[in-house]
Amino acid sequence: MIVTVASGKGGTGKTTVATSLAIALQDQDPLFLDCDVEGANAHLFLSPQLEETYEFGLPIPEVDGARCTACGRCAEVCEFHAIVLVGKEVMVFPQLCHGCGSCTLQCPEEAIHEILHPQGVLGRGVARDGIRFSNGNLNVGEPMAVPLIHALKSWHVQGDETWIIRDSPPGTSCPVVETMAGADVVLLVTEPTPFGLHDLQLTVELTRTMQLPTAVVINRDGVGDEGVDDYCREENLPVLMRIPLSRDIGESLARGIPLVDADPAYRKRFQQLAVDLCRIAEEGACS
Amino acid sequence: MKLIFTAEGETLESKLDPRFGRCSTFLIVETEDRSFTARENPAIGAAGGAGPQAAQFIGELGAEAIISGGYGPNAFRALSAAGIRMFKADAAPIGDLLDAFAAGELVEVKQATGPSHRGMR
Repeated sequence: MIVTVASGKGGTGKTTVATSLAIALQDQDPLFLDCDVEGANAHLFLSPQLEETYEFGLPIPEVDGARCTACGRCAEVCEFHAIVLVGKEVMVFPQLCHGCGSCTLQCPEEAIHEILHPQGVLGRGVARDGIRFSNGNLNVGEPMAVPLIHALKSWHVQGDETWIIRDSPPGTSCPVVETMAGADVVLLVTEPTPFGLHDLQLTVELTRTMQLPTAVVINRDGVGDEGVDDYCREENLPVLMRIPLSRDIGESLARGIPLVDADPAYRKRFQQLAVDLCRIAEEGACS
Repeated sequence: MKLIFTAEGETLESKLDPRFGRCSTFLIVETEDRSFTARENPAIGAAGGAGPQAAQFIGELGAEAIISGGYGPNAFRALSAAGIRMFKADAAPIGDLLDAFAAGELVEVKQATGPSHRGMR
């Protein structure tokens, strides 16, 4: 079972929910992937020992000026304009390159070879309660998170996992699409405010486009208005858990104490949440 | 001398388009007799890399200088490599800017004027 915990709005409690779900499932040998490579923070709650790191990069072109005839074929085939011909000089823009290799393959003079452009670092190890854990950190200044997330999704996976929990970046852009792709179910964390509702709607549009079974957790329940509840009812979105706004919970989270430790009653509730997710994934797969 | 302006239209009355990579039109003007031709910007709809693509196009047109509202880092690097001088101007009619250029009133740009993707906003 692969579950992606996501939200349109940032700061709604994705990591709060994802980390407590992992701890509640500790007997089932879960694998936790912090896919928010631009702002990884799940380690603050799960305290992993990262035993192994891997520097990830994309193959980008390097041009041999002695062989290049400035024919411009490389620039012509580059979808992203990461390689251009100005005058007689071929220039490479590493941050625009997606590493597809087209320029290298198409160069009639074989004047292009590929070098590795580092994008970020993956880490893996074991976190508290024996939870297997991986995260990634995109290098500062690198604009593309998707290739790193793609690598993170497979790097630590053995194929026999009962549970893989992916903690997503916020929003609905490419990194979120990558984090959702291949999941069995998506759990959306929202808050009952007009802002939370607006971004929930965007995210539901995304999961429906991707045809992924979807369920909702309402965090800070009791604040705001009825908009999120009305929307979930109209759209037949199951609300699997409600977490009330509580100063005690907030203070614990701020000290890095997961929700299931701050209030042990949540452990059972997260185990039930896991059962519900399995059911929704199965129903979604059938329909 | 051949100048290129990023323009909102196809005549000397058209206003300068302040964006480089995402402008609609390049207006190529001969300063001697104010004759001009307009070329559509091939990079206007680019998914990414509009600056380098537009710069490559400018290089192929063979002008000595370009006048726009600003240049991002990728565009600046490519235009510099092509040996094209860059000038900065406000959104005014191209004809007026041509006079301002002749009078030496436009500022030459020696480094990128802002971050990437400004023309997307």
